[in-house]
Amino acid sequence: MKNESAVKVALVSCGSEYAGVHGELEEVARSVDAKLIFPEVDINILDDIGRDFGLEAASPDLRLMMARAKSVVEGITNVDGVFITSCFRCAEAAIVRNEVRRYIHKHSDIPVISYSFTERTTAATLMTRMEALTTIARRRHLLAREHQNGLTAGIDSGSTTTKAVVMRDDKIIGSGWVPTIKVIDSATEAYNKALEDAGVKAEDIQALGTTGYGRFLVGEHFNAQLIQEEITVNSKGAVYLADAQQGAATVIDIGGMDNKAISIQDGIPGMFTMGGICAGASGRFLDMTSKRLGVDITELGALAVKGMQDKVDMNSYCIVFGIQSLVNSLAKGSTQEDVAAAACHSVVEQIFEQQLQEVDVKEPLILVGGSSLIEGVPKALSELLNIKVIVPPNSHLIGAVGSALLASGYVEE
Amino acid sequence: MAKVIIYPTNSLILSDLVERFGHKPLAMMEKIKEKVATVGVDSPPLNITAEEPKNGLKYAAVEVPAGVRGRMAIVGPMVDDAEAGIIVSESPMAFGCMGCARTNELTKFLIRDRGIPLLELDFPKDDDEGQEFVYKIADFLKSLPDGEAEA
Repeated sequence: MKNESAVKVALVSCGSEYAGVHGELEEVARSVDAKLIFPEVDINILDDIGRDFGLEAASPDLRLMMARAKSVVEGITNVDGVFITSCFRCAEAAIVRNEVRRYIHKHSDIPVISYSFTERTTAATLMTRMEALTTIARRRHLLAREHQNGLTAGIDSGSTTTKAVVMRDDKIIGSGWVPTIKVIDSATEAYNKALEDAGVKAEDIQALGTTGYGRFLVGEHFNAQLIQEEITVNSKGAVYLADAQQGAATVIDIGGMDNKAISIQDGIPGMFTMGGICAGASGRFLDMTSKRLGVDITELGALAVKGMQDKVDMNSYCIVFGIQSLVNSLAKGSTQEDVAAAACHSVVEQIFEQQLQEVDVKEPLILVGGSSLIEGVPKALSELLNIKVIVPPNSHLIGAVGSALLASGYVEE
Repeated sequence: MAKVIIYPTNSLILSDLVERFGHKPLAMMEKIKEKVATVGVDSPPLNITAEEPKNGLKYAAVEVPAGVRGRMAIVGPMVDDAEAGIIVSESPMAFGCMGCARTNELTKFLIRDRGIPLLELDFPKDDDEGQEFVYKIADFLKSLPDGEAEA
């Protein structure tokens, strides 16, 4: 990354500099070799921007936010990406933030991310998002890749499981899937399994890509050509496996520790959101449910498909209190099937309420990540959104496949 | 000399008027200057760190957004310190701009709640109102203890 020029990111906020987080924003930008820019605006337009924009916000700084967005869209300020941010818990800012994001997305092809902060927001929290934003801006040529060439491998070092694949000329020829215990050890085990499955040696691999929470550690250990966050990698992997590389698509990735909702155009992410505040909306909730029901996680989906979630009272989305609700239901005589269905519905409902509102859901809707294999999850999502949900083959290997695909860009280099 | 808090708290015109009548304006510019001139830039450009929203808890509960509490950590002590206040409502941005509407509501409430001598008026819409506006502010400032004639 050091040889590439700094990515210019417009900071469209209503006063992050007053909330004690600005140092963190600067730090995360520095870490991905980006530069935060305050878009220039003429003070005279601030009195009328509310009417011009159609949203008459009471807060002058929110009007400033709209004016800054306009400055970006009209090219007065030249930037490669936009970071829209406002205070968590501010209702007016939430309305403006959402509309400003839509406005930029509609009137430009500049990648946008949006985040609501508290004073406890740290650079580490924003790292994956900012890395994805700069990647989309900086490496469009790499993300435009539609075919995997040569012999390449990908390792996805996730919070719960580590996945590895070996690919040759658009085919997965080997895969490995192990629980994540020690990051390097688990990655080595998964990689070795994939190599063995493919019948090739590590030295034969022409390029390796890593992604997931352990991507830096694993990437450095294996001397990977590509170390990349999971938002762009999984987007690429999803449209590749679902054969939806051209046109619009929406990807939902429910991981072990967080989830992502990504709006894609021609294989390149536009708007995306990333959960991670509440474990109740992650695969971990389903993992805990299966343990409480005394079934293997691989059996939870089949149970859920047979159940009726309406028969179970879920009083909380919280991973602790939600499980308590399920336990109470079991004590009142609910069946395992109904409880499994309620757990799947709860996870999907949270993603719908907290994340899908922030991206434009366009078909095809591609569900990936380990949780997509739990049949109750795509079923619940399909029922909730009333659209067909596609779970592509090898959807649990999405990060590893995306890494192997993108890494093949380095074979030719 | 009285310490007079002004609203909008960064209004240069109000600040200047208060000074001209021999009082001390309590204004945002002074406080921000102190922040940015302090050695050690932890959180540029205003050097407001995560400590400020915590200090702001004195004025607003934890449910209130961090940006409001961060602003209140600066505005709140000025309100506490004030011996008089002038609030100008309905003003255009160029007169002075307090960025966050929730902070504005709370600031105005806290000033009113202090029970100190207070002048509240709307921003003038024409020349006649403009003259009246300045006269009212002048009379108010003269009425304060140790107020002086315009320097």
